[in-house]
Amino acid sequence: MYVHRLELVDFRSYERVGVDLQPGANVLIGANGVGKTNLVEALGYVATLDSHRVATDAPLVRMGATSAVIRCAVVHDGRELLVELEIVPGKANRARLGRSPARRARDVLGALRLVLFAPEDLELVRGDPAERRRYLDDLLVNRQPRYAGVRADYERVVKQRNALLRTAYLARKTGGSRGGDLGTLAVWDTHLAQHGAELLAGRLELVAALTPHVAKAYDAVAAGRGAAGIAYRPSIELAELTTDRAALAEALTAALAASRSAEIERGTTLVGPHRDELALTLGPLPAKGYASHGESWSFALALRLAGYDLLRADGIEPVLVLDDVFAELDTGRRERLAELVGGASQLLVTCAVDDDVPAALRGTRYQVGEGTVRRVG
Amino acid sequence: MYEGAIQDLIDELGRLPGVGPKSAQRIAFHVLSADPTDVNRLAGALRKVKELVRFCTTCYNVAESEQCRICRDPRRTNEVLCVVEEPKDVVAIERTGEFRGRYHVLGGAINPLEGIGPDNLRIRELMIRLGEGTVRELILATDPNTEGEATATYLALMVKPMGISVTRLASGLPVGGDLEYADEITLGRAFEGRRAV
Ligand SMILES: Nc1ncnc2c1ncn2[C@@H]1O[C@H](COP(=O)(O)OP(=O)(O)OP(=O)(O)O)[C@@H](O)[C@H]1O
Ligand SMILES: [Mg+2]
Ligand SMILES: [Zn+2]
Repeated sequence: MYVHRLELVDFRSYERVGVDLQPGANVLIGANGVGKTNLVEALGYVATLDSHRVATDAPLVRMGATSAVIRCAVVHDGRELLVELEIVPGKANRARLGRSPARRARDVLGALRLVLFAPEDLELVRGDPAERRRYLDDLLVNRQPRYAGVRADYERVVKQRNALLRTAYLARKTGGSRGGDLGTLAVWDTHLAQHGAELLAGRLELVAALTPHVAKAYDAVAAGRGAAGIAYRPSIELAELTTDRAALAEALTAALAASRSAEIERGTTLVGPHRDELALTLGPLPAKGYASHGESWSFALALRLAGYDLLRADGIEPVLVLDDVFAELDTGRRERLAELVGGASQLLVTCAVDDDVPAALRGTRYQVGEGTVRRVG
Repeated sequence: MYEGAIQDLIDELGRLPGVGPKSAQRIAFHVLSADPTDVNRLAGALRKVKELVRFCTTCYNVAESEQCRICRDPRRTNEVLCVVEEPKDVVAIERTGEFRGRYHVLGGAINPLEGIGPDNLRIRELMIRLGEGTVRELILATDPNTEGEATATYLALMVKPMGISVTRLASGLPVGGDLEYADEITLGRAFEGRRAV
């Protein structure tokens, strides 16, 4: 799979720009702040409907404009598919697939498979568990797009259930006689257990498949210093790490019953996949709080490369994006990384200094200037 | 900004669901240049809808008399009752031609985020209807989204102990969506393939 052309209108710093990309390596070169990351961020958005840098859509729209458009042509198995997204902050995105409008923006997921590594990914190791859950869920959806629905359903149920618990909590606090309407809590429990079991099973299957790839990728980028490990830590008691949906739903139901009074006390849902953790270890130590800056950075890169490897092992050839990677690496590790990703069906690399990119990844080169992109080789 | 009446019309149209400022402006200028009789007919239709249309006292569908057309139809069976969220869902199901029973319109779905619980829906009225003993099958045709599913589960829990068979539309409907957006064939199929819950 590769992106053949990318066009932006009022996206980030670009008023209007179009760039033809090639299979194999594409290197985007330009001074700090000219808009290199903005370009790959747009592709990331098409792949995940989310920015890797910001949680809301407003910063994606060029200052002064009211909406942004990302248009890209993706070639897969020799066929070209046009994907178009219009981002209107505060409203639902509008999407087109090929010539017809998509019913929901979510329908474009799967059209572009992409793995992106960016400096922000340091948070995967250093940040809150939410960062690692998002990493897993994004990869899960990338691998099996139907999980986009599972994830959305689960998140919606948690939101609704929390709203119910909060009302009950407030009613209790203000001395309301009825203590809030908790009559439907059992209904939300059922749905939380059902969608939660589906999501949890998906994550557990993913982690099992991903683990060897993480160890291998870390070994490659960190030059064999300690073994990287990942382990899924559910917020509920599980006798064994089963992926049987019915057993997981049962365990979730039991956990909800056990934490019921605490949940009403705190007005929020305390157990379920939205409270789980993906533990990262280097040798015998946890990575968070122990790993050095370089080790953390290598671990984050290894997590992304492992995801990329796994998708390729599944027979999907995603686009790989490495934003600002090579400047962080010494020559030996640059060469090893180049070797690792050299076979990508398409690779997009951004860098401020041309010489940082190993010769093996020369490929097609582009000069990025303020609001413009020009092919230079 | 335009002056006076035309801007008032643009503002009013812009408050309608699904009408953005650009469409509001286009419609307003269309009205301005249209034949006066057409405009009067539109104005009349707007006035009449508030004067004449009310809710059926049996099923809470929109009606022009005490009871709606469907509740008055003697050829339909009283033994099967289909629960929907909104009157527009009745229209969608009627289009499939698959259903010959009666309806019950809840007026929404359970939605704690919007402060809507069972007491805010016509669930008590539904229980009274079911208590009369004629209904043998209750079809839960709430929307295939989080709130619709929760409402269906809630109703199933309430109704099953009454010994009435409870069914839910078959899957295959676009998940996360509204019933009204499903095409006739898909919805018709979901109706036929409904299963016990
Ligand atoms: N919504 C927006 N409207 C206008 N300009 C924006 C918007 N969002 C970001 N920018 C501008 O885009 C530039 C940042 O672009 P980008 O992050 O792509 O830089 P870069 O080329 O990747 O730089 P570096 O090499 O430092 O990573 C900043 O100058 C910023 O002001
Ligand atoms: Mg950058
Ligand atoms: Zn009626």
